[in-house]
Amino acid sequence: MTGDKKAIVTIKNVNKKYGENHVVHDLSLDIYEGEFLTMLGPSGCGKTTLLRMIGGFEEATSGQILIEGENVEDKEPFERNVNTVFQSYALFPHLNIYNNIAYGLKMKKVAKAEIKDRVQAMLELVQLNGYDKRFPTQLSGGQKQRVAIARALINNPKVLLLDEPLGALDLKLRKEMQLELKNLQKKLGITFIYVTHDQEEALTMSDRIAIMYQGYLDQLDTPEGIYEKPKTKFVADFIGESNIFDATVKAGTNDTVILSMEVGSALGKASSDMTFEESEMVYACVRPEKLKFSKQPVEGFGIKGVVKEQIYVGNIIKSNIVIESGQTLKLSRMDMDEIPKVGQVINIYWDLEDVVIMKSSAHIIHNVIENVNLGGV
Amino acid sequence: MKKNHKFRNKTIPLLTTVSPITIWLILLVAAPLIYVFYLSFQSTDGYSVVYKLTLSNYKELFNPTYLEIYSNSFVLAVLTTVFSVLFGYPFAYHMARASGKKKALMMMLLMIPFWTNSMIRLNGWKTILGKTGLLNTVLEKLHLINAPLEILYTRGAVLLGMVYILFPYMVLPLFASIDKLDFGLLEASNDLGANKVKTFLHVTMPLTFPGIFSGTILVFIPSLGYFFVSDIMGGGKSQLIGNLIENQFKAANNWPLGAAFSMLLIILIIIIVSIYKKCGGDIKDLGVM
Repeated sequence: MTGDKKAIVTIKNVNKKYGENHVVHDLSLDIYEGEFLTMLGPSGCGKTTLLRMIGGFEEATSGQILIEGENVEDKEPFERNVNTVFQSYALFPHLNIYNNIAYGLKMKKVAKAEIKDRVQAMLELVQLNGYDKRFPTQLSGGQKQRVAIARALINNPKVLLLDEPLGALDLKLRKEMQLELKNLQKKLGITFIYVTHDQEEALTMSDRIAIMYQGYLDQLDTPEGIYEKPKTKFVADFIGESNIFDATVKAGTNDTVILSMEVGSALGKASSDMTFEESEMVYACVRPEKLKFSKQPVEGFGIKGVVKEQIYVGNIIKSNIVIESGQTLKLSRMDMDEIPKVGQVINIYWDLEDVVIMKSSAHIIHNVIENVNLGGV
Repeated sequence: MKKNHKFRNKTIPLLTTVSPITIWLILLVAAPLIYVFYLSFQSTDGYSVVYKLTLSNYKELFNPTYLEIYSNSFVLAVLTTVFSVLFGYPFAYHMARASGKKKALMMMLLMIPFWTNSMIRLNGWKTILGKTGLLNTVLEKLHLINAPLEILYTRGAVLLGMVYILFPYMVLPLFASIDKLDFGLLEASNDLGANKVKTFLHVTMPLTFPGIFSGTILVFIPSLGYFFVSDIMGGGKSQLIGNLIENQFKAANNWPLGAAFSMLLIILIIIIVSIYKKCGGDIKDLGVM
């Protein structure tokens, strides 16, 4: 990421409550000009609500939303330089494709000849030449999606908001549309704010991903950053597969942290800006492809496990290893030669830089307590 | 014979299930209508029907006195329809957007009077609007008026009665089509530069037009024939096509002319419904009755 990008949308300490239900918690976020930002999270995490607040369909309970540096609190959706592609397309069923796309320009009383040219340009952009006389019901899901995008883009928005636009499409079409959307965004150079619950989609398309969980912004980073250095247990778990250990910090020099776990000790390397207190609770996360095993014990590591099963998923082989605490670890390899045998007892270890040590932030501790309560009784 | 056996097996159950309805329709709908049609070509001796073919009843339909009644009827039906849409649309819209409990309550408020006998309800209005009725009494007590207002037995009162009685016929089809409306479309319209008024004109209204259309038919047609409304609310002063038919059958004892008036009304309805169908209306939507 280059350093000085200009923010086009600024979200400042925004809260949203529906009665007792706190949907968005004190969220702050800068979205830059020309970037593809994805808001990713499970359903109910507040991502759609946040998008709707930017679009002007919901009002923030507190906090500010600035678009192009201007507070948009009192502005109607059409007074913002922002357009939305809705989840269910929301094409006007009584208008043909031409009139659907032209709708925004007609409302702004643009001259007829200009409307005609611009609609034609949009039809070309979304590859729907010759479809102008058809009605929405005569189009396939993917075509409807293109019309919805054209209808929004014709208004020359600075920011395009997309609310799970590919949710209703089948897998193959979705993959095609992902690339198409990404290319479109690059070509037009405008900001896309994209909402999805599909982590793969987010990783494929985004410049940056904002991961939301229970109304909080858990992490905002590039796809690589999110995968390699998850900041919270939720992010580590949600993006890709991971092995997450509950651990306490026993001793830590700057480089090597000694972790104490239920199943034995382990070593890790924390990022240089992290400091730990004695006996602080942390999570240690290791990706399945980074997990290592050996027949002999490895110095500093005391985790032993039995290989329970192996699953062949095309190009990779996944092994499930049960350790003494009952936790199942996931280990994946590309090569048949490098896998342990089922039933074999192995020692688990990892390279120090392959572990991500995460602090337990306040709301995550809260979740743990909730889970304990649920499971304990 | 196998074939015959099979045929009988299918026909008898079919006949037993369908025939009661068919007989019912023939006896109670088709037969009276055919009789009315037949009657409209007969003569009268002033007391009873004389079975002699004539076209004089149809000539009589064009009597200038009657023409005025037709136009009164027509104007009243148009006004009834217009006011029903004006009041019915906001009501139906709020009902469609209301949450579960409120929706049920509004539906109840609409339907419970609808199931009560309409004569009783109209007579209820008389106790409110009459010279010594509730409204006049209250206004007099408040010293807002000196003499009681003449509301009852005016054309306005008939119009009020018509709108009141036919209101559910307008609201139900309107509600059905507004309820189907995807409110995401209104947000999309808002997003694309249309304010509330423009959104209503360009999206809401065109998409709920089938409801407006069905409601209009369901209100317009009965309002031509509901003679008892003008009897009760208009005191028999304002004559409508419905009253004309009633009078010929009862007071004037001229059944053939009454039958001819009925045929006129039926033809009018057939024309209206054909226009409705031509314009893409669905007859099934009129099934609310």
